[in-house]
Amino acid sequence: MKNRMTSMTKASKDNLGTILMLVAAFVIVEILRAAGLVNAHMDGMLVPICVYATMAVSLNLVVGILGELSLGHAGFMCVGAFASAFFSKCFENSMGVFPRFLLAILIGGIVAGIFGFLIGIPVLRLNGDYLAIVTLAFGEIIKNLVNVLYVGRDSAGLHFSIKDQASLGLMEDGEMIIAGPQGITGTPFNSNFVVGFLILLISTIVVLNLINSREGRAIMAIRDNRIAAGSVGIPITRYKMFAFTLSAVIAGCAGALYSHNLSSLIATPARFGYNMSILFLVFVVLGGIGSTRGSIIAAVILTLIPEVLRFMADYRMLIYAIILIVMMIVNWNPKSRAFIQAHSVGKIFGKKKTAKSGKEGA
Amino acid sequence: MKRMKQFAALVMTAALTAGMASSAVFADGTFKLGAIGPLTGAAANYGTAVVNGAQIAVDEINAAGGINGVQIEYKGEDDELDNEKSVNAYNTLKDWGMQILVGSVTSGCSIAVSEKTKADNMFQLTPSGSAKDCTNYDNVFRVCFSDPNQGMASAKYMGEHGLATKVGIIYDSSDVYSAGIEATFEEEAANQGIEIAVKEAFTADNNVDFSSQLQKCMDAGVELVFLPIYYTQAGAILQQAAMLGFQPEWFGCDGLDGMLDMDNFNKELAEGVMLLTPFAADAEDELTQNFVAAYTEAYGVTPNQFAADAYDAIYAIKAACEQAGATPDMSVSDLCEALKTAMTEIEITGLTGTITWTADGEPDKSPKAVQIQDGAYVSMQ
Repeated sequence: MKNRMTSMTKASKDNLGTILMLVAAFVIVEILRAAGLVNAHMDGMLVPICVYATMAVSLNLVVGILGELSLGHAGFMCVGAFASAFFSKCFENSMGVFPRFLLAILIGGIVAGIFGFLIGIPVLRLNGDYLAIVTLAFGEIIKNLVNVLYVGRDSAGLHFSIKDQASLGLMEDGEMIIAGPQGITGTPFNSNFVVGFLILLISTIVVLNLINSREGRAIMAIRDNRIAAGSVGIPITRYKMFAFTLSAVIAGCAGALYSHNLSSLIATPARFGYNMSILFLVFVVLGGIGSTRGSIIAAVILTLIPEVLRFMADYRMLIYAIILIVMMIVNWNPKSRAFIQAHSVGKIFGKKKTAKSGKEGA
Repeated sequence: MKRMKQFAALVMTAALTAGMASSAVFADGTFKLGAIGPLTGAAANYGTAVVNGAQIAVDEINAAGGINGVQIEYKGEDDELDNEKSVNAYNTLKDWGMQILVGSVTSGCSIAVSEKTKADNMFQLTPSGSAKDCTNYDNVFRVCFSDPNQGMASAKYMGEHGLATKVGIIYDSSDVYSAGIEATFEEEAANQGIEIAVKEAFTADNNVDFSSQLQKCMDAGVELVFLPIYYTQAGAILQQAAMLGFQPEWFGCDGLDGMLDMDNFNKELAEGVMLLTPFAADAEDELTQNFVAAYTEAYGVTPNQFAADAYDAIYAIKAACEQAGATPDMSVSDLCEALKTAMTEIEITGLTGTITWTADGEPDKSPKAVQIQDGAYVSMQ
């Protein structure tokens, strides 16, 4: 995606700020780790934080930039997680760690992208809340589908079943790869903070560059006024498909990162269910719909809060809810918004500029 | 706003005080035991039972002078029934200085955490992680029966006691525990000459109406219905079967334990239900009665098998530490090596029976078959 602007605009300065923020955070954390100042608890949180921040970037693309509501992003993450873990289990002994993990991430992204594309074909042609309804169903279907899927491997090759383990008819040397509700056990532990950070950084750069490109301006024009965008010749469905599929690919990569961080991958209602999708939506809404940087910050904070509050034992969920409400009020109350906007002139200026150049680009 | 601040300050102070009170400081040289389980969310009653059951054992041991004269410090952390949160909880406990882990409560979490305990070479004893893969590593042991073990034992019991030859199964295909038992039951049933006439599944999203599953069992004319599920669904099944006028024999596993304490449940429906369980709260022996009394007094509810497993887990650790002559100044890894060997040498008589362990982490104890008669468990032979 070529940046067409000749001089450094406010928008690209803003983007550079976001990327610098990520890099600075990475460098600080790495220094702290090298100095031995990060305890095991926080160290273990680093990869999950990258996963959730990437999910926030992914969902922000759909909700904030494209202006459609997706309530099934956990489903895409689930697809990516299972596809990549399946690949890694199959090729664990026949490939080196680096090429296999790289391929696993790509496969996670591609498979999730294919699902996003297939869902988009009928739904994104429609106008209205249909995407929300369909993605909601998609997330639930994927969760249940994974729970009845049995895949095993023996010397004769792969065996599939959606009934039970016994009907696979595995030979003596066989091993289960996906065991229905037990999911995938023993995925190699490859994720680390550097990989997680790179996935987050690349996703962020891709999304930010997209926003400031010809395509991005077209996508935002569709969000702002579908009829006007259509009347100037923007192929609406094509751009919507493009943004939605890209979002699914990013979610799939985050899923791959997630599945290679735990040795037991299970699709439970709490994990990869409706609640998870809503959690991602909360990241985006709290971070400010349309703001990639805000979404990342919200994801990091909301992932850390329940863990940091562990010393409060049973009260932490109560406190978590209170913090959510307070953040929502501070973020969306007209007065506090006015205050925030009055103190960040650059942000509002940058947004106007983007919208304007969006029309020019189209 | 000021009020809110005051309230927040109050909550914070209260929480801090509570946190400090529970981790009372002992003289240096204590064994630090950690437990992980779902303390909030849908499975909170399992996690809470484990944490509380272990607490009772710890209090008893500390009151009696500790392990080889060394006191135990104990702390439970919440994992919300989530693998990732379970690893977070493990890391939190590690920062706290945990030397031995009792957990996690559920299978998936236990497997996820075992990857970490393996890397740190920390001794892990899960009270209730029953899936086969929980004890894949040599540093992990468990107190409960494994799922395959329960399925096998159920089929054998039915075969040996000639309970039925034509059996129906209703199980939860989305649940690790249920699907795990079902798979081995099916295998062993063939060896025992039991015909599985009907096999019907339900899922976590669809576990309220069982009429179609029951109707199929009725049409096939099964003599016995095997229920390798948890008691909430089993209660619903019994109720709906009564409405249909379907009266087969019922047989379940330890998941059915707790059925009699369900709210709004007509105990007459459970008459004659047979179940394999390692623990019955109304058993006559002194150990069980003392435990039930202490637990009921402390927490206001009757303990279930999860609490009993956790209680036995703590006593198993005590026995293993004494056997190995472990001292709290040993490193986590040395302690693990010592306990690994000691676990295979000890025999404890706990709430869930007399237990010995094999080197691959499996407990060796005999399941107790009980039948519900007049609203209470009666041992079967």
